[in-house]
Amino acid sequence: MNTLLQALVSGLSIGSTYALVALGFSVVYRGSRVINFAQGAMVLAGAYLVSWLALDHGVPFIAAIVLAIAVVATGGMLFDATILRRLTAKDINSSVIITLALSIGLAAVIEICFGTTQRELGDPWGADTVSVGAVSLPASRVWGIGISILVAAAFVLLDRGTRFGLAMRASASDEEAALAVGVPVWRVRSLTWAIAGVLAVIGGVFLTAYPSSVTPTVSSAALAAFPALILGGLDSPSGALLGGVVIGIVQVLAGTYQPTWLGDNFDTVAPYAVMIVILLVRPYGLLGTRPAERI
Amino acid sequence: MTQVTPVRCFSALLLVACLATPIVMSPGFVSVCVFVLIAAIGAQGVNVVTGYAGQLSFGHAFFLAIGAYTAGVLGGDHGLSALIWVPAAGIVAAVIGALIAPTAVRLRGLYLSIVTIALVLVGQYLFVNLDGLTGGAAGRSIPAFRIGTLDLSPGRELQVGPWQLGRDQLYYYVTLVLLVLVCLYVRNLGRSRVGRAMLAINEGELGAAVLGVNTTRVKVVAFALSAFFAGIAGALYGSYLSYVQPDQWSLILSVEYVAAVIIGGSATVFGPVLGAIVVFALPAVIEKLPFLHDTGVAPANVAAIIYAVVIIAVLLKMPRGLIGLVDTFTRRISTPNKLPPSAGDGGLPAEPPAVLAPRLGRSQHP
Repeated sequence: MNTLLQALVSGLSIGSTYALVALGFSVVYRGSRVINFAQGAMVLAGAYLVSWLALDHGVPFIAAIVLAIAVVATGGMLFDATILRRLTAKDINSSVIITLALSIGLAAVIEICFGTTQRELGDPWGADTVSVGAVSLPASRVWGIGISILVAAAFVLLDRGTRFGLAMRASASDEEAALAVGVPVWRVRSLTWAIAGVLAVIGGVFLTAYPSSVTPTVSSAALAAFPALILGGLDSPSGALLGGVVIGIVQVLAGTYQPTWLGDNFDTVAPYAVMIVILLVRPYGLLGTRPAERI
Repeated sequence: MTQVTPVRCFSALLLVACLATPIVMSPGFVSVCVFVLIAAIGAQGVNVVTGYAGQLSFGHAFFLAIGAYTAGVLGGDHGLSALIWVPAAGIVAAVIGALIAPTAVRLRGLYLSIVTIALVLVGQYLFVNLDGLTGGAAGRSIPAFRIGTLDLSPGRELQVGPWQLGRDQLYYYVTLVLLVLVCLYVRNLGRSRVGRAMLAINEGELGAAVLGVNTTRVKVVAFALSAFFAGIAGALYGSYLSYVQPDQWSLILSVEYVAAVIIGGSATVFGPVLGAIVVFALPAVIEKLPFLHDTGVAPANVAAIIYAVVIIAVLLKMPRGLIGLVDTFTRRISTPNKLPPSAGDGGLPAEPPAVLAPRLGRSQHP
């Protein structure tokens, strides 16, 4: 029972980070109809920037995060404005490949700057753990859950309660119609990339804080956000949040209870197995919308 | 009947260069060429499913692996001839592709891409754990290409006329012949009923369905064909490397194949070959650059950056891929006076200006 409870709580804490990364994908998808495959590299860039500022330059941790957010969000907006929008062949495949190219290039630049050795994040929590009854969790993970809930709530408020959110939903639902009624579609789109940058840095911080560390493999955590994203439905932010939590819990449960006959590393593929099963039943995810088709 | 035109002269020169490469160039260069030729065979597979049918699949690494392990089991464990294991590698991969395809084709656009990513990751997990077939994480050996007395094992040589051909040279010729066959097939496919159906799906699936294309069946065929070429490429790749590990069949490998097709020019016969040259020869070329050794920067990282910049440049400036440049070039040398000079626009004569407004017309839901 305690094992189960511990697994559920750990799963929730990892899942809340996945949820942030998946939300980043979903926001960009709604704004640009592109899956930003560079989200993983943006997460990586955010984590390295925070670590570099906080450890090598003695910048206070919060300030380091704010600076990293400024850099990554600006980078995302610039990429969208200077490259993605100028794509001449405007089909889905080209836009996927172009974000993949950004991802490959960015990861290589990071590796040239910082090497492949792992480094610490420079977070203030260290190796502290918080215990409630039989369940214990690293302090960073507890903060991770809290901050993720705050960020998710802030996003929902923005999306549902402000004119900007309305503009975002309008341009997601039909770009041309939104443009026709005066929504500044391009500005909205830039802001979705900025939001993705914010989410990438915050996600990166909690993916690399103790007990993890900052390594190039962190970008593969974005791969774990894919099942979360698909599970919820590509164009549904609330689906991304739900999917993130579900996938985190599935992964930890699979890791805790995997029988030996399933072999090594079953927990790394369990989220994908869940995703495939869900897609067989609902091809557009749990909360995604099935698009109407026109000729 | 056969006129001597500049294009024909150029093609003949190219053919001679292709045939002479193994004899005149260094073994290291020939080895890079073999990897490029094998990759070009695999890239034609991506070309069928992504270029012609427009289904963006990242599952290629999985089917390459299936091909390599089929070669290992049939050629290595059972000692069969390459005449059997090369086609078998393609067929096994195609059958598995056809089994997975009905599930995959239910999904559209980006959902499909992500599910094929899952295929690669689940595949790597299976390859680590099915150690009877794959040797587990440690890997397994794949036999050399051997048909009767034509044996491409290390150390063997073949005397052809005045030339002593070693392993690299022989692999070069074998893969060149196979690539030519695959290119011929793809050329014919583009002119066939099913090939045109694939292009129709690429243009718009609903439209194709309304025109009477059985979209599910055509997409399954595209998947199976793609897997077939991947299987053959994987078998040759494993055989040339002689040893493979599950780590190799990673998502990055799939991305390289897709990038090769996009860079070269999708839904063309020679585009993927051109793209394979760019993508798969680049790291080897960069490794040779002298000034890199002084800076201590890993060549793989420099290759990655160049390759990212090339992809972005091609997609922004040459929507038809590098083959568009070649087309412009051949048109210019064959009709020097008829074509007005254009500023190297990548071969699209009536390219619309890159306007900063959303595209009007069909919306792009997944």
